[in-house]
Amino acid sequence: MTTTLTRPGALAASGHPLVRPDAAKHLTDEQVEELGRELDAVRDGILAKRGSTDAAYIRRIIRIQRSLEFAGRGTLLFSKYKPAWFAGTAMLSLAKILENMEIGHNVLHGQWDWMRDPDIHSTTWEWDFVTPARSWQHTHNDLHHRWTNVIGKDRDIGYNLLRMDPDQPWRPFNLGNPLYNAILAPVFEWGIALYDLEIPEYKEGLKSKEAMNRDLKAVGVKVVKQFSKDYAATPAVAMLTGSGKQALYGTLAANAIRNFWAHAIIFCGHFPDGTDTFTEEEVDGETRGDWYVRQMIGSANISGSKFMHLMSGNLSHQIEHHCFPDLPSNRYAEVAVKVREICTRYKLPYTTGPLPKQVGSTWAKIFKLALPPRKARAATA
Amino acid sequence: MIRFTKLARAASALTTPLAPEDFLSLFNPVFSSRQLRGVVTRVEHETADSATIYFRPGHGWHAHQAGQWARIGVELNGVRQWRSYSLSNAAGHDPAITVKDAGSVSHVLVRETKPGDVLFLAPPQGDFILPEHPRSLLMLTAGSGITPVMSMIRTLIPRRPDADVVLINSNSTPEKSLFREELDELADQFPNLTVRHWFTAARGRLEFTAKTIADLCPDWRGRAAYACGPEGFLNDAEDLWQREAALETARTVPDVGAGAGAQPAGAATLTIERFSTDLTAGAGHDGGLVTFEQSDREVQADGDTPLLDIGEDAGVLMPSGCRMGICHSCLIPLRAGQVRDLRTGELHNEPGQLIQTCVSAAAGPVNLDL
Repeated sequence: MTTTLTRPGALAASGHPLVRPDAAKHLTDEQVEELGRELDAVRDGILAKRGSTDAAYIRRIIRIQRSLEFAGRGTLLFSKYKPAWFAGTAMLSLAKILENMEIGHNVLHGQWDWMRDPDIHSTTWEWDFVTPARSWQHTHNDLHHRWTNVIGKDRDIGYNLLRMDPDQPWRPFNLGNPLYNAILAPVFEWGIALYDLEIPEYKEGLKSKEAMNRDLKAVGVKVVKQFSKDYAATPAVAMLTGSGKQALYGTLAANAIRNFWAHAIIFCGHFPDGTDTFTEEEVDGETRGDWYVRQMIGSANISGSKFMHLMSGNLSHQIEHHCFPDLPSNRYAEVAVKVREICTRYKLPYTTGPLPKQVGSTWAKIFKLALPPRKARAATA
Repeated sequence: MIRFTKLARAASALTTPLAPEDFLSLFNPVFSSRQLRGVVTRVEHETADSATIYFRPGHGWHAHQAGQWARIGVELNGVRQWRSYSLSNAAGHDPAITVKDAGSVSHVLVRETKPGDVLFLAPPQGDFILPEHPRSLLMLTAGSGITPVMSMIRTLIPRRPDADVVLINSNSTPEKSLFREELDELADQFPNLTVRHWFTAARGRLEFTAKTIADLCPDWRGRAAYACGPEGFLNDAEDLWQREAALETARTVPDVGAGAGAQPAGAATLTIERFSTDLTAGAGHDGGLVTFEQSDREVQADGDTPLLDIGEDAGVLMPSGCRMGICHSCLIPLRAGQVRDLRTGELHNEPGQLIQTCVSAAAGPVNLDL
């Protein structure tokens, strides 16, 4: 019998952290331990079922995405005709969203590594997004998923740009919170590429010069390729039909649409009302059960149609994704039923809501936290 | 071809981070930038539990030599599984494998494969091949061990009137004997092939004694011999040839003293192709924590399971080949720790040493550079 774990190491099965988060204060050590076992059993249940239907699912999504990309880019070559511009831009936008969300994000999590297919594997995949896959895997998989919502550890809380939690100290710079977020949304992929360079860590001496140079080189190569594909090669070919300029507008629009969408979905993952952040005391000595608790009360879902779940890369099941980051995304919907039931039984919050509500709640927080604490309290009082 | 490469490079400016092949695969499944594939063109059932699968390989395959094998990957419940199979058709023809339903992968190949299916491939390899210069040959085969030899016979017999081949082919019954009719027809048609069937159900196990072999092939000592079959069959053949070589040496030693003009010992050669390896040397030993450093995975492994299986089960992309320690496709550098060779029990712990993961198990903690 062998067991697999993704580093860093296994957490203890029993015990308790220095401080248990408020939302889980009512649970005893034994209850948290039992909750951990129940969630492990949910995971084992999916692993036992995982097989050829799942493999067929991801291959089908990849085929659809490539067909859309091929048709979309092809149609943009004739984009001096208005309907061709709209159709091409729409297909390319859909393709880019699918590629980043349901395919790229999830493949890079290793959700499909079990197929042993080198074409669909976390160690070989590269995505249609400016930040290089390997850099993103480091900040996202290693840091954000390990330290989810721990203030001082998880820099995804505001991405070094926004004040997203009352426990983050207020500086005058934060007055621009809503403005920065509005600027970030349409250029989200560039923001993430910059964020993944970990410049603050480098300045603080936590990242070596060699690592910085390596990452700069990787992102430089990727930038040139991504930029020339959408903004040089595609318009250049389209010039043959006299559609060069329109094709450029098409690829710009497709990238912007994808950026808006990805930004909206990702900000709904941990920032809406109801999600908790944590102190380092609350993770010190954390058990497997406590880890699950933190993932569940620190994340928020988005309710909606099957199509919405697909286009969000099943990040609409953020709670389930954070509990089981490497289970195939097509299984999150059925996992969600069980996770929600467990949350209800243990009297833990399970935050969810339709997309407009969650986006609104995130923006409200961004506005509120732009102001210093006392004023923010006064404003809501 | 060069033009295709240049065109592909130009097109990749439009497809990055994907390759043009990734889009071409929408229209033809053989295309892949990363993974050699083939499309099944025909499936022919040979005996009740075996089939020959013909396939059209994609870009990157090279023509096989008679007797070589290739790695074939199929999907079992969504998971890629690789096995090695001998190519059974003549050199110069489209590749085909002949498979006997004997395990989970061969079962899928024999029972479920149909034209149009995609097989994952690695190019042919192996040195169980015909001698460079014409020689008289003795082929010893048992069960599905006939497959590489069939490729040799199909390649040699119709084209080379100067060939001289004797085949001793052991099977339990005529019904279970692969290629029996074709072999008999070839033997009828071409005087340069002699086929001796040996059916164990009727005659018992084929004993490898000088007498039994001489009864089947009187001039066996003068022939270059090839053997392919189960472990026991090959060990018996090896023993006989070693005994003969020892006798030969004993006979020729006095001649050496006799002075100039002594001929080197004429002991005939035996070339062997194994289908499996005994991996029991690790039994009962403790394993350890295996760390795949680049893949960022840790697995607790026992002392009997090859590191290849451990890695595959953990979702690591493990290079693999014959899975029996002969082809060296699975080598991975050891970063730290200790492994045990499951064939010999030997321990390896030199950092930087290349480990054959298919025949090595953890002997304490192991860090691998993968």
